[in-house]
Amino acid sequence: MTELLVVSSGTGPNSSSRLLGSRLAEAAQSVLAERGEPVIVHHLELRTIASDLANHLVTGVPSAKLEDAFAQVRAADGVIAVTAVYNGSYTGLFKLFFDALGRDLLRGRPVLPAATGGTARHSLVIEYAMVSLFYYLRALVSSVPVFAATADWGASVGLDARIDEAARAFVELVLTSHPDKTDPSFDVSDFTTLLGG
Amino acid sequence: MQIGLFSVGDVTTDPTTGRTPSEHERIKATVAIARKAEEIGLDVFALGEHHNPPFHPSSPTTLLGYIAAQTSKIMLSTATTLITTNDPVKIAEDYSVLQHLADGRVDLMLGRGNTGPVYPWFGKDIRDGIDLAIENYALLHRLWREEVVDWEGRFRTPLHGFTLAPQPLDGVAPFVWHGSIRSPQIAEQAAYYGDGFFHNNIFWNMGHTKQMVHLYRRRFEFHGHGPADTAIVGLGGQFFARKNSQDAINEFRPYFDVAPVYGHGPSLEEFMAETPLTVGSPQQVLERTLSFRDHVGHYQRQLFLLDHAGLPLKTVLEQLDILGDLLPELRKGFAEGRPAQVPDAPTHASLVAARDAAAIQEPELVATGAAR
Repeated sequence: MTELLVVSSGTGPNSSSRLLGSRLAEAAQSVLAERGEPVIVHHLELRTIASDLANHLVTGVPSAKLEDAFAQVRAADGVIAVTAVYNGSYTGLFKLFFDALGRDLLRGRPVLPAATGGTARHSLVIEYAMVSLFYYLRALVSSVPVFAATADWGASVGLDARIDEAARAFVELVLTSHPDKTDPSFDVSDFTTLLGG
Repeated sequence: MQIGLFSVGDVTTDPTTGRTPSEHERIKATVAIARKAEEIGLDVFALGEHHNPPFHPSSPTTLLGYIAAQTSKIMLSTATTLITTNDPVKIAEDYSVLQHLADGRVDLMLGRGNTGPVYPWFGKDIRDGIDLAIENYALLHRLWREEVVDWEGRFRTPLHGFTLAPQPLDGVAPFVWHGSIRSPQIAEQAAYYGDGFFHNNIFWNMGHTKQMVHLYRRRFEFHGHGPADTAIVGLGGQFFARKNSQDAINEFRPYFDVAPVYGHGPSLEEFMAETPLTVGSPQQVLERTLSFRDHVGHYQRQLFLLDHAGLPLKTVLEQLDILGDLLPELRKGFAEGRPAQVPDAPTHASLVAARDAAAIQEPELVATGAAR
């Protein structure tokens, strides 16, 4: 069973980020289906944990909802991460989440970056902002990201093909990766090892 | 079951009046609170250690020594003693003297400290926090048990032919608790030595506290100190109570909302739901506190944080009166269903008795100082 998680940072209930995330997940699902791989898709809309993220920023303590969100990332074989473009970069909410997540949860985990914006002029945000963030977190960044401008949603060609191509590259990466799904929070080495360290 | 207070010693503006107490006032207030704690029948008063404003307790044994002189029954402890940035030799010396002055009414809780700049001020690096806690305690443990210590480690200058003066009272080291919120290595350390494990339990959800305590209990048994349910566990907690629960909420909310640690974050209601904080009637405090056992099993020490966030001394003393009235019920509740094999927290008297009993059984082991 392959588990995919769509993390989207749109602020409205029907945001274009959520929509792009769904389209990418569906495309990945059909590619996996072609290969006979069963798949479950979960959606994490960051707007539903926005106040938890803000509280975590000032207290350092994750709420139960936030711990659940981290657990969803830990359980995922791959993450589709979608943000809107605000002032030339990912949104503050998007960054808050990946800051709260810490250094280890994306390590070795396939990530498909995707972004939405008003016009295609913003599309390099993926290469200039998102990819560097995910590289820093040592994620396995899929080589074909997707940017959807507002006009793309009404265009007869283009976006569907880009989604399909991105999904294929992402699935390839997911099927060949083995991200760590265990939670080391309460693991411990024997004390004699610690003493020797 | 020991019930007591722990204080971090913050000097915080009272948000309802805008008045900030002086450090002098807060230091004197700490003494008044400790005396009151003894008066209402509490078992433990524990003081934090900090080396940066807005906290005053940079010299805990000075303050605890003064409190020892003003009290006669209450156990004095720390919350926590910084095992990372203090020289373990100085800890051994300071707490040996305190133990003598207080006639054994002393134990310690060791912690690492999480304020980055404090480490370099004392010549250390916060990234070595765990390694410092492990090495420094290994030395402290020997200093209190071996007459002549030869030592070489990574973090302090070597010792050759060092003898601690004064030796601990009656030749028995103060009992040690290891405090940690989320480092399994520290739970393992407590388990390895058969020492106590304390979870501060005031910022995180009970599920998290439970996992840390269970890790410690499991490893306590693994290291051969006895069954997991006989391990020595302490928990923190905090409450604000008034006869009428709505009055408690109305009075505490302005302090909560801007409190140094969790202020400007979650609402009071969210924090009460997610952490053990109880703001309400004495009955609610009683029920919530007694429910901790359902998560961590029967335990040995419950400390409350009541003196913080700018609450005036008068209010803190009123909270202590409320706690004093609750004590009989709390003690009765904690005793209910407690299996006979669950021990009390060690005291100086019980440690002396245990040492003497062991000496009768294994004279040669104790004589060579090899007993752990």
